[in-house]
Amino acid sequence: MSNALASKSSAQNLTPAKHLAQVEVRDLSIAYDGEVILKDLSFDLAAQEFVAIIGPSGVGKSTLLKILASILPLEAGHVRFEGEDYSRHKSAFAYMPQSDLLFPWMTVYDNVRLYDQLHPGQKGHSKEEILKLLQRFGLDGYEFALVDTLSGGMRQRAAFLRTLLCPAQVFLLDEPFAALDVITRNRMQEWLLGLRQELQRSIIMVTHDLEEAILLADRILVLEGRPAHFVSSYSIPTPPDQRSRDWLFSQSELKRQLYQKLAENNYFKA
Amino acid sequence: MKKFLERNHIMVLILLGLFLLWELACTWSQVPSYVLPKPSKIFLTLGQNLGPLLEHSWVTLLESFIGILISVALAIFLALFMDLNQTLRQTLHSLLVISQCIPSLVLAPLLMIWLGFGMAPKIVVVVLMCFYPITVNFAEGLQKLSQDSLDLLHSFGASQLQIYRVAKIPAAIPYLFSGLRVAATYSISAAVIGEWLSSQAGLGYYMIRVSNTYQLDKVFACLFLIIFWSLVMNGLVALMRLLWEPGLGYIARSRHRREAKALGLNSSPKP
Repeated sequence: MSNALASKSSAQNLTPAKHLAQVEVRDLSIAYDGEVILKDLSFDLAAQEFVAIIGPSGVGKSTLLKILASILPLEAGHVRFEGEDYSRHKSAFAYMPQSDLLFPWMTVYDNVRLYDQLHPGQKGHSKEEILKLLQRFGLDGYEFALVDTLSGGMRQRAAFLRTLLCPAQVFLLDEPFAALDVITRNRMQEWLLGLRQELQRSIIMVTHDLEEAILLADRILVLEGRPAHFVSSYSIPTPPDQRSRDWLFSQSELKRQLYQKLAENNYFKA
Repeated sequence: MKKFLERNHIMVLILLGLFLLWELACTWSQVPSYVLPKPSKIFLTLGQNLGPLLEHSWVTLLESFIGILISVALAIFLALFMDLNQTLRQTLHSLLVISQCIPSLVLAPLLMIWLGFGMAPKIVVVVLMCFYPITVNFAEGLQKLSQDSLDLLHSFGASQLQIYRVAKIPAAIPYLFSGLRVAATYSISAAVIGEWLSSQAGLGYYMIRVSNTYQLDKVFACLFLIIFWSLVMNGLVALMRLLWEPGLGYIARSRHRREAKALGLNSSPKP
């Protein structure tokens, strides 16, 4: 499927093609100890779009996500959610770090319903609903086990389900599978790919795994340089349900281009 | 008991060996029993005087127990207060260290003057010696939750109170137990120190009384009993931890089992 190759666009053309933007980021900048880390980042995210941001370690990918998650303050620029300032929609964004952050003293069941635990007044999810999702996430049989009995992949899925059971519309995934071994990571990527239709969420994922980005995302933004900015953007026109690991092999040209882009921006000189 | 011996057989052998050595040394060297009594004599005395010794033990145990309860309450309060901000933590921590530099043996006569001859000054000595390890451990435990976990809770809209209830305190409870275990072991000795100076009852009072008349077998019997009660206190805390440790304790596990059963699920993970 050579025509499935990414259509390369310039760094300025970062808006998704046909959808209305759910999240708009404009001229986002942040400095740390006087040094500008991120400079004038602008991009849009359509509802239920999956954007992967790739770049070398330490370029500021996590910083960007933490700003969107309101963990770090927005120093300069604007972030809008459905047209309004994002500070009025804090609960619309859910940050998911690399470590699963499951609480070891809680059962899997209690861990995944953390949001409902913290908001007992709200309607929340029924037991049946949660049990069904636990099964869908391959955690059945472990519902009332403590999390230290879970494998790395299961823990990550539990953390994912915990995020899914909060009302956030936008998931901010910070290298979610980086701590897993290669085989588990591949399985988790395929699992997430299969889950995309059901998720009904928008996702921004940062990663330095090119294959992960190609396999999962609708759009790949390359974050590079110091201060970091987007150097290029690639869309992946193949719909998620037509992708697979085999399909990934046919994407070598895109992979080559991404490598090249990162290489010319000193990715390998560090 | 069998399990205990399996795990601690070397320790038991060493103890038995030491007692044997002590017994033999006393027999061969003919040390008078008002200098060093034989262990066999000590145990015999312990058996013969078990009545009065136990009566005095209750007093000491009561003082220790009340002291420990007050210590735990004080420690939890102080540790939570210290957790509020960095300045408070450092200030209070320094003050706590200074408080531990005050020798209780010197303080005890003053406490007697201020608080009289009753139980109060002994309880204060117990609190002074016991609240520190609990406070420091619990305060450390409250700091154990990672910044990422705190960020997660904030982003889930958790209030400050909820962060403590749902995460910080459960994470700190094992540390509280570690501190409590040290403190509980100290508590008997602390009560005895309090009793040395002024009292009409308690193991410390008994010890002073019999040592004044050179009944060293009774002094040692008393000493062995103090060691025994300290071990009992230590064991009680270990037992409490087995019961109440968040997630891992018996109570939490049986609750998980009940919840699983109510939903018709198997709580234990598949092999």
